Amino acid sequence: MASKSLSEISLDGLWKNNPALVQLLGLCPLLATSASVVNALGLGLATLSVLVGSNFAVSLIRNHVPDAVRLPAFVMIIASVVTVVELLMQAFTYELYEILGIFIPLIVTNCIILGRADAFACKNGIIPSMVDGATMGLGFTCVLLLLGAIREILGQGVIFSDMQLLFGPAAASWKIVLFHDYPNFLFAILPPGGFMALGTLIAIKNIIDERRKEAAKAKAVPVEVTTESRRARVTGKIS
Amino acid sequence: MALLTLTSPHAHGRNSTSRVMMTVTLATVPGLLVTTALFGFGTLVNVVLAVVVAMLAEALVLRIRQRPLGFFLKDYSALLTGVLLGLALPPLAPWWVTVVATAFAIVFGKQLYGGMGNNPFNPAMLGYALVLVSFPVQMTTNWAVSSQMADQPLAGLLDAITTIFSGSGADAFTGATPLDTYKHLISNSTAVELQKLPTFNGWMAGGWEWVNIAYLVGGLFLVYRRIITWHIPVAMLAALSLCSIVLGWDPDMYTPVSLHLFTGATMLGAFFIATDPVSAATTPRGKLIYGAGVGILVYVIRTWGAYPDAVAFGVLLMNLAAPFIDAYTQPRTYGHEKARRGLTSKEAR
Repeated sequence: MASKSLSEISLDGLWKNNPALVQLLGLCPLLATSASVVNALGLGLATLSVLVGSNFAVSLIRNHVPDAVRLPAFVMIIASVVTVVELLMQAFTYELYEILGIFIPLIVTNCIILGRADAFACKNGIIPSMVDGATMGLGFTCVLLLLGAIREILGQGVIFSDMQLLFGPAAASWKIVLFHDYPNFLFAILPPGGFMALGTLIAIKNIIDERRKEAAKAKAVPVEVTTESRRARVTGKIS
Repeated sequence: MALLTLTSPHAHGRNSTSRVMMTVTLATVPGLLVTTALFGFGTLVNVVLAVVVAMLAEALVLRIRQRPLGFFLKDYSALLTGVLLGLALPPLAPWWVTVVATAFAIVFGKQLYGGMGNNPFNPAMLGYALVLVSFPVQMTTNWAVSSQMADQPLAGLLDAITTIFSGSGADAFTGATPLDTYKHLISNSTAVELQKLPTFNGWMAGGWEWVNIAYLVGGLFLVYRRIITWHIPVAMLAALSLCSIVLGWDPDMYTPVSLHLFTGATMLGAFFIATDPVSAATTPRGKLIYGAGVGILVYVIRTWGAYPDAVAFGVLLMNLAAPFIDAYTQPRTYGHEKARRGLTSKEAR
């Protein structure tokens, strides 16, 4: 377990064991807040920072907390980190905090965070734990962003709307209207559309994995070229 | 000399999937003709568009799934899905509503579940529900008004095509359905007052009753040809009538039973949509329960729901229950003392 290299940990979080696409953890906030890019990015960044913070703290105390009470200790740590993030968001991105509403405090109950604390951070050193938290969070954020982009385009025909909520007033002009007179496709914004988009993303990931596996297999087994059995036909006579 | 050994049954019907699908499609023709005669060409254009999109979507997915194209296209199931959707959608809905509904029905409703015979939901109704939830405005205001309403012109073929594809001039030919109108107006007027409105035109609903009677005729033809059995339509219509007579006896407060039976998609739903052999219950008693469930849900959603019509939602909800109903209504097998029912027996799976 401890022998995993940092790049392996990163690959795990970003692709092979992606929390949203493979572990299917934290689906509730994933589907509830991925109706637009700015919501997705907001929740993704919040989850990412909580993951890094909680993994760091859990890894710090891993040798001092008895196994029997480790879960309550983890929950305390996670709750404190979430509170910090919540207060930060209230201070700097108040409008986005209002929009995301209950889903910011609900990060406490996100299975990814307790899952990583229990499965990784309490068994590994500080640096690997933080890398694990960062890449898991990044994997989650990427999927959230992709979902947010798909649902925003399908649902409203625009992308990057309301980015000023996160990046200040200068970002208000980032909004790109892809289709004019687009009739809002409500289904993509409603939860079932989120489920369907996530299902499609998972299917695409599985296809890519399958293709790569097949390509690796084809590469691993060299094509045997047996020169003896090859016959060059010189005349009409086959000997 | 080895003789070819044939086992029983020696006499069998000629019903193949494509034959069944073609018969059902043909049975919708009276309804389509009456709709076109009374409401203009919108439905006809919709049907053609939906069929083209359905065939293209089916061919595309079959190609991606590497299945034989000709074999599956020739079972005409995609054609039927397209026809049913074209008939169910508002006649003058914009073209993209039809395209989205049909493509979703075939790709997500049917092929992603494994294609013909594997879909848990009625594909046409899944497509319908998708656009109804997504585009409520287009789905409730683009119904053509009938020729029996004297003050408005009928949409000709050219009008229908321009309205559907460019969206212009839609207001001249469109309005809400009688069901929708009755539900919204009855709260502050009486039944006698409403019947004087051009939408209702006397005892019925300006033209809708003839459309429903035409579907009823087509449906009875299907029962006569034994493509469908009587259980689901009878149970559904009986449950709907019973509900509206018992619960909605007062026409000054609720939609009367005549409107429930002969407007909206009632007959189309009862004979053509609820009876889908793939997604409906299959045992005789199960069909009765399933049909009654659809009827009750249609009444409940029409009366207390936010949407004007409810056949799509009623059918989809009962589709969910169909495997369960089937598991608990297995008939006794000949030679066995008791029927094996429930989800634990092997037959149920």
